[in-house]
Amino acid sequence: MPIRTEPITVNIGPQHPSTHGVFRLRVTFDGEMILDVEPVFGYLHRGSEKLAEERNYVQIVTLTDRLDYVASMTNNQAYCLAVEKLMGIEVPERGKYLRVIAAELQRIASHLVAIGFFLQDLGALGTPLMYCFRERERILDLFEMLCGARITVSFMRPGGVYFDTPEDFWPALRRFLGEIPSYIGELEQLLVENEIILVRTRDVGILPLERAIACSTSGPMLRGSGLRWDWRKADPYDVYERVEFDVPVGSRGDNLDRFWVRMQEMRQSLRIIEQCVEQIPEGPVRAELPLVLRAPAGAEAYGRVESPKGELGFYLVSDGSIAPYRCKIRSPSLLNLTVTRDLLVGWKLADMIVTLGSIDINMGEVDR
Amino acid sequence: MRLRERYPDAAEQWGDSGLWVKPESVLEVMKFLKEEPGLELNYLNSVSAVDFIEYFEVVYHLTSFKYNHSVVIKARVYGREDPAIPSVVSVWQGADFQEREIWDLMGVRFLGHPNLKRIMLWEGFLGHPLRKDFQDTVQY
Repeated sequence: MPIRTEPITVNIGPQHPSTHGVFRLRVTFDGEMILDVEPVFGYLHRGSEKLAEERNYVQIVTLTDRLDYVASMTNNQAYCLAVEKLMGIEVPERGKYLRVIAAELQRIASHLVAIGFFLQDLGALGTPLMYCFRERERILDLFEMLCGARITVSFMRPGGVYFDTPEDFWPALRRFLGEIPSYIGELEQLLVENEIILVRTRDVGILPLERAIACSTSGPMLRGSGLRWDWRKADPYDVYERVEFDVPVGSRGDNLDRFWVRMQEMRQSLRIIEQCVEQIPEGPVRAELPLVLRAPAGAEAYGRVESPKGELGFYLVSDGSIAPYRCKIRSPSLLNLTVTRDLLVGWKLADMIVTLGSIDINMGEVDR
Repeated sequence: MRLRERYPDAAEQWGDSGLWVKPESVLEVMKFLKEEPGLELNYLNSVSAVDFIEYFEVVYHLTSFKYNHSVVIKARVYGREDPAIPSVVSVWQGADFQEREIWDLMGVRFLGHPNLKRIMLWEGFLGHPLRKDFQDTVQY
């Protein structure tokens, strides 16, 4: 007996446990098949760019923490690089090494969150997430030793980092580096060979490479689609040209590739940290700067880093005063969302949740 | 902005920090920059707008994956009532959300954009907050 059906538009509202923040999606379904998708955001818009025009260059560091609140070290690093390009400041060597160690620890922490929530979206409610969070807690303890805060760190300043490490940081870091590879191995073994994950994520949510480039995606999304491009290698900043690491690349651009790229990037981050711990010199960690920073009028700079989510860039324009004239934040999560329609139309509801998890968005960054 | 081999004839001037282009010819210049062998700037890093009071400056940061060079292109749009500039969504789709955001927060209209709606603020918001002369109507 034929049943009359019609497409229905459902609002997957801003408050939802699977949407990675206050992200709203208006989806038109035909049964369970997705016909059209319209992302709506702005629920976390705090006007960071306008606020940045009223704070001096050092105060904006605290604003940048709160952009991608899961990976705040790299936000600080991007901003500090932009300010240093704007004013021509040289960072001392020890400061650069400390920045790279902090940024790579943050990359591991952010990827653990991404992987944990990805697995939760697949249906493994709770337990794999807590395995990932257990390791992330150890990284957050290291951050607390460095600067007193776990999440919104404000560790880096234009000219270096805020202050030097306490003595018990280095033994704790070595202990962490000794134990974490086996935990990552345990995670890999439990999950990557798992048939349910393979079946549900292989060839689902495929993003072809030309589309990824045309839509300005970056980070693991672009690398999962097959392009071996990493700003740490292409335009090295801090000490990335002195450490050796590989850039993992996927081949098909499906969810499994993006997931796999993130797991491998965690291992590469450990390599970088180990090399930095061997190479780090003694010395000052912060450049001697005046209390109030000014840039020449009309100067501008675009500083970018490879954050865990993609290319995070700050475009600063100065008019000679103590605050920037314009601070534009190029956020990776916002641009990675450009491909939402391509990735979701034609798939089913269950795939939609998993694909959104594999894009790895963070609403603090999307909305600013 | 490192390498520049030849420049198209619709440009206005060039300096240290970028190449200034007339707003009407933005679309042809972008297509040229994307397809010209030797330049092939196929990745749009970001589109931003800056409010210098007499004019709005729309800034495009471009990168080429093949040759690993970057370029900064700027266009000045004069007037505050209804500034408009052609949209580059047909060249790089990544400009979609960023141009909507510039329309939302700065008020620069992008001609040819398929879906120019407010993105960060809600429909029905009056004004463009990131402008320098924005007065908030709500008093706290």
